[in-house]
Amino acid sequence: MDGVSIPLDHVLLLSALLFICGLLGLMMRRNVIFILISLEVMLNSSAVAFVAAGARWGQADGQVIFMLILAVAAAEVAVGLGLVIQIQRRFKSLDMDDADRLRG
Amino acid sequence: MLKLLPLIPLFPLVSSVLLMVTTGKMPKRLVAILGAGSVGLSALTTLLVGLAFMESGQPHHQVLWTWMQVGTFSPDIAFYLDGLTLVMMSVITGVGFLIHLFSTEFMEEDVSYSRYFAYLNMFVFAMLILVMADNLLLLYLGWEGVGVCSYLLVGFWYQNPDNGLAARKAFVVTRVGDTAMALGLFLLFTELGTLDIQPMAAAANSQWQVGDTLPVLACLLLLGGAVGKSAQLPLHTWLPDAMAGPTPVSALIHAATMVTAGVYLIARTHELFLLAPPAMLAVALVGLITSLMAAFTALVQHDIKRILAYSTISQIGYMFLALGVGAWTAGIFHLMTHAFFKALLFLGAGAVIHCLHHEHNIFKMGGLRTRLPVAFWSFLIGSAALAALPFTSGFFSKDMILLQAYELPGAGPWLWAGGLLGALLTAIYSFRLVFVVFFGEAKTEPDRQPGLRMAVPLTLLCVLAIIGGWFALPLADVFPVAGEHHPSHLIEGISIAIPLIGLVLAYLIFLSGQLKIDGLVNSSLGRTLKKFWFSGWAMDLLYDRLLVRPYKGLAYMLRGEWVDVIYNSIVKVCQMLFVGLSHTQTGRLRWYATSMVFGVIVVIALLLGVI
Amino acid sequence: MVLVNLILILLAGGVIAWLAERQHPLLPRWIALFTILFDLGYFLVYMSDLSWSQIAIVPNPSDAATWLFHYKAEWIPRFGISFELAMDGLSLLMVLLTLVLGAVAVSSSWTDIKQRTGFFEANLLWTLAGVLGVFLALDLFLFFLFWEVMLVPMYLMIAIWGHEGRGYASMKFFIFTQVSGLMMLLAILALVMLNHSSTGVYSFSYFDLLDHKVGGDIAYYLMLGFFVAFLVKLPGFPFHTWLPDAHTQAPTAGSVILAGILLKTGAYGLIRFVVPLFPNEALAFSPIAMGLGVAGIIYGAVLALGQDDFKRLVAYSSVSHMGFVLLGVFAWNALALQGAVMQMIAHGFSTAALFMIAGSLQERMHTRDMSKMSGLWQNMPRMGAVAMFFALASLGLPGLGNFVAEFLVLVGLFAVAPWVAAVAALGLIVAAIYSLMMMQRAFQGKPDEGRRFPDYGFREMLTMTVMIVGLIWLGLYPQPVLDTAQPVLDSLMQMVGSVTEPTKVAGLMP
Repeated sequence: MDGVSIPLDHVLLLSALLFICGLLGLMMRRNVIFILISLEVMLNSSAVAFVAAGARWGQADGQVIFMLILAVAAAEVAVGLGLVIQIQRRFKSLDMDDADRLRG
Repeated sequence: MLKLLPLIPLFPLVSSVLLMVTTGKMPKRLVAILGAGSVGLSALTTLLVGLAFMESGQPHHQVLWTWMQVGTFSPDIAFYLDGLTLVMMSVITGVGFLIHLFSTEFMEEDVSYSRYFAYLNMFVFAMLILVMADNLLLLYLGWEGVGVCSYLLVGFWYQNPDNGLAARKAFVVTRVGDTAMALGLFLLFTELGTLDIQPMAAAANSQWQVGDTLPVLACLLLLGGAVGKSAQLPLHTWLPDAMAGPTPVSALIHAATMVTAGVYLIARTHELFLLAPPAMLAVALVGLITSLMAAFTALVQHDIKRILAYSTISQIGYMFLALGVGAWTAGIFHLMTHAFFKALLFLGAGAVIHCLHHEHNIFKMGGLRTRLPVAFWSFLIGSAALAALPFTSGFFSKDMILLQAYELPGAGPWLWAGGLLGALLTAIYSFRLVFVVFFGEAKTEPDRQPGLRMAVPLTLLCVLAIIGGWFALPLADVFPVAGEHHPSHLIEGISIAIPLIGLVLAYLIFLSGQLKIDGLVNSSLGRTLKKFWFSGWAMDLLYDRLLVRPYKGLAYMLRGEWVDVIYNSIVKVCQMLFVGLSHTQTGRLRWYATSMVFGVIVVIALLLGVI
Repeated sequence: MVLVNLILILLAGGVIAWLAERQHPLLPRWIALFTILFDLGYFLVYMSDLSWSQIAIVPNPSDAATWLFHYKAEWIPRFGISFELAMDGLSLLMVLLTLVLGAVAVSSSWTDIKQRTGFFEANLLWTLAGVLGVFLALDLFLFFLFWEVMLVPMYLMIAIWGHEGRGYASMKFFIFTQVSGLMMLLAILALVMLNHSSTGVYSFSYFDLLDHKVGGDIAYYLMLGFFVAFLVKLPGFPFHTWLPDAHTQAPTAGSVILAGILLKTGAYGLIRFVVPLFPNEALAFSPIAMGLGVAGIIYGAVLALGQDDFKRLVAYSSVSHMGFVLLGVFAWNALALQGAVMQMIAHGFSTAALFMIAGSLQERMHTRDMSKMSGLWQNMPRMGAVAMFFALASLGLPGLGNFVAEFLVLVGLFAVAPWVAAVAALGLIVAAIYSLMMMQRAFQGKPDEGRRFPDYGFREMLTMTVMIVGLIWLGLYPQPVLDTAQPVLDSLMQMVGSVTEPTKVAGLMP
């Protein structure tokens, strides 16, 4: 493959930035929707890293894992949105800090 | 005939067990026959065995079975009969039978008639085991057995907590001595390899020299047991309180037999004591000091039984004095005569108390000479013997003791002088008792007269108290022969005169009133002294402050189990950890996520070796 | 197979008793009694084949053939774990004691238990089965298994049928035993591992482990692991604090088994495992162990005096009495060792009886508080007389079993350490104080005329008579017991003889 090749470092940097964004979102946002979005962002950041690594080594494994992550993300969102609805029903709010019944 | 020996303790044992099993179901008449009859049978058997023994003249040894055998430690259940045992057995069964007979009437109105005889028979059994034992362990069995029976009988009227206290005091105080004695047994076994008395004495003679430390130590430990049981200083405090029991019990246990067990023990192990002159001296001093102290105390008491109790302590002091100066035969002789006249006095006191609605205070009695003639004559003869007036039984035995004490090189004359002072006091307090109770004006009317079953034992004991001094005891083979005595006539004269002086003094003070002592008594020193003597030289108070209260306080302080503090503090630490850690469990998702991230960072940092 | 059957009969009897409750609530107690008596009879029949000459053979600890009975089956061969039971004179005595006191325990709870009778009797029988296993197991893994088996049903007995504070007491009992058991398990595993590293074979068998003794510092710690487990069970000062609580709260039968039998597993463990497996270390440790024994004797006696609760008093007296066992085991003297064995048996009888009396009082008066009792002798003369007998036994009256035991311990100890013996002898005095105080507060004093309690009946008197006769027999003719235990103790002395000098009194003797 000719053409412009993006250096792996850049992709990994992008992946890391995305992961940190997701992580910070997870740690800071209270709204359960945003938490789910942050999770998605983190998953996809790792997916980008996998794809880039697969391209770098010329292996199909990266894409395979990407597909797997897609499937996991879909399943997770399905369960997560179900939880969102339940939380909304029970706590009349989407603030996760209200759902602290496991407090010790 | 000698083979009948085991039957002697067996009769009272069987009777006691029968009475215990059938408690309350047997008619009183049958109980009386069984209770007194069994001891009577023992007395008869003792007579038969004694005659056979006199014929053969040899000590008789009879093994029933091996008690326990571990390695070289193998005490037997075995009996040993020699002159000393025979004297003791005769006193126990003979005087014991008379007291049982007396009891059948004395206790007739008590609801626990059969329990009384069960205990009393058990006592006779244990006492017989004590004197017949051929080894010190079996002797210890009898020793503790009589202690328990004494406890049960002192606390016989258990409904009154005071009696229970007196009973417990009697048992625990003697137990202190018993424990010393047990240590003595350990020492003797460890060193000599046996507890059988005869082989032990032989081993001691071959292993130890006169004046070695070990025999002194062993003898002092045995002496500890003896002073406990025989109510000598410093373990005498239980005996006056033990008068809480029925009066015949006081006569049998706390005058005639059990309290003389200490004398018997020392006489029985005299070969050990001969190896330990310091221990002998200790025995003599304990005896002398006790006899003086108790005599002073007896002077000021007004409970008839307490006077007799202190007089018992004092007389046993004489026996200890005799043993301590090596006058073995005299000591045992005094033991026997004392058993006669003190049992007589106690039974006489019992008759007085019985006929006077359980009155104990002598100053509420008086003038009973004509009203209770049987009791009067008993008391008169008993007191004469106790005071050692010439030609009574007590005179012969006490005279022997004093003269032999005088002969002891060194401390002899001092001991003799002390003994004389005691004799003077004895004469004073015993006749004070007679004069106050039986002369003067009547203060309480007797509501009955002693019946036949009380009068007969009293009469027989009167006879014994008079003629007991002429008995020849078969002790020549038991004890080393004492040297011939040639005390000067002056010494002998003084010994005879002193009790008479005491009698006269008592007459002048307490009966004719010619000698006024009120001024002396009512002076401040007199009052203090009287109070001090009355309290038994404040020994009870001393022990109460020194031992009883601190121990009770300790028990009370520790009762909450302070060791648990250790375990509770472990629990506390766990609880604190739990509380602390449960704070981290906030239930907030963001907190968990954040802590996870930091955890991961820390782990990665650790793996990379950054930290 | 005899030994296996002994245990199986009890286990099966427990299951049957449990199931029988559905038929009738009073049926289980008959089944339990029958099971134990059957077990006892079965055992006696097999024992009667033994002759004295067989019992007198000194068992070689590393040769199972010299033991009276031996049974071994593979269990987990990969780790060298087998189902190995064996019996010598010591275990024989303990098995007899267990079965006799087991029957006594059933009798003592005859009318006491009202709820879930079947499960109660089942737990009782299973505890006994566990105890028998402990006394017979010679595979250390199996031993540990039985050690736990006897714990759980006992825990249930206290936790379900106990008195007002049962939750706390049962939990305390469980945790103490469990934690100390854990230490023993660690010591067992370490011992096996060390044995493996030196011989290349995994084996939990007592016989194998005896042959290859470990040495060095590690052995000292392993010895401590075993020692602590057994000391807690004994119970020795300062690990005794579970006992007063457990005893006070347990139902009568539980107290009887706990005091009469369970405590003896601790003493048995000391004699069977600690001393033979680690003779050098145990010898080095013996001054501390003796100190703990004396401390227990005095401390238990002092605290017994301070109690108001009848059962607590008896429990503390147990602490005091078991101190003599500890002294006897660690005095390294044949007499003292015999005394320890005698004390195990005599204390089993005397304390079990005292707990039965406490249980009877609780059943009649619904209190154990002695300050609310007084003059009970008048109400119940038979019970009073029985109580007096056992109080006297407890204070060591000569002619009864406890005296023989304590005297042997002390006389043996005196030859080794006279001062320790002198202090321990103080226990005789303080025992008199608390025993007589107990009699005074409960049975003597002013009776309350308004009270009417039923005195002991036929069943209770029969049970008590068994124990009274037993104690008198032990006190006047203990020879059969001594002879049965002697060969075992001889072999023990041979084992430790190689490490000890002939003892001569230090300091006092020339």
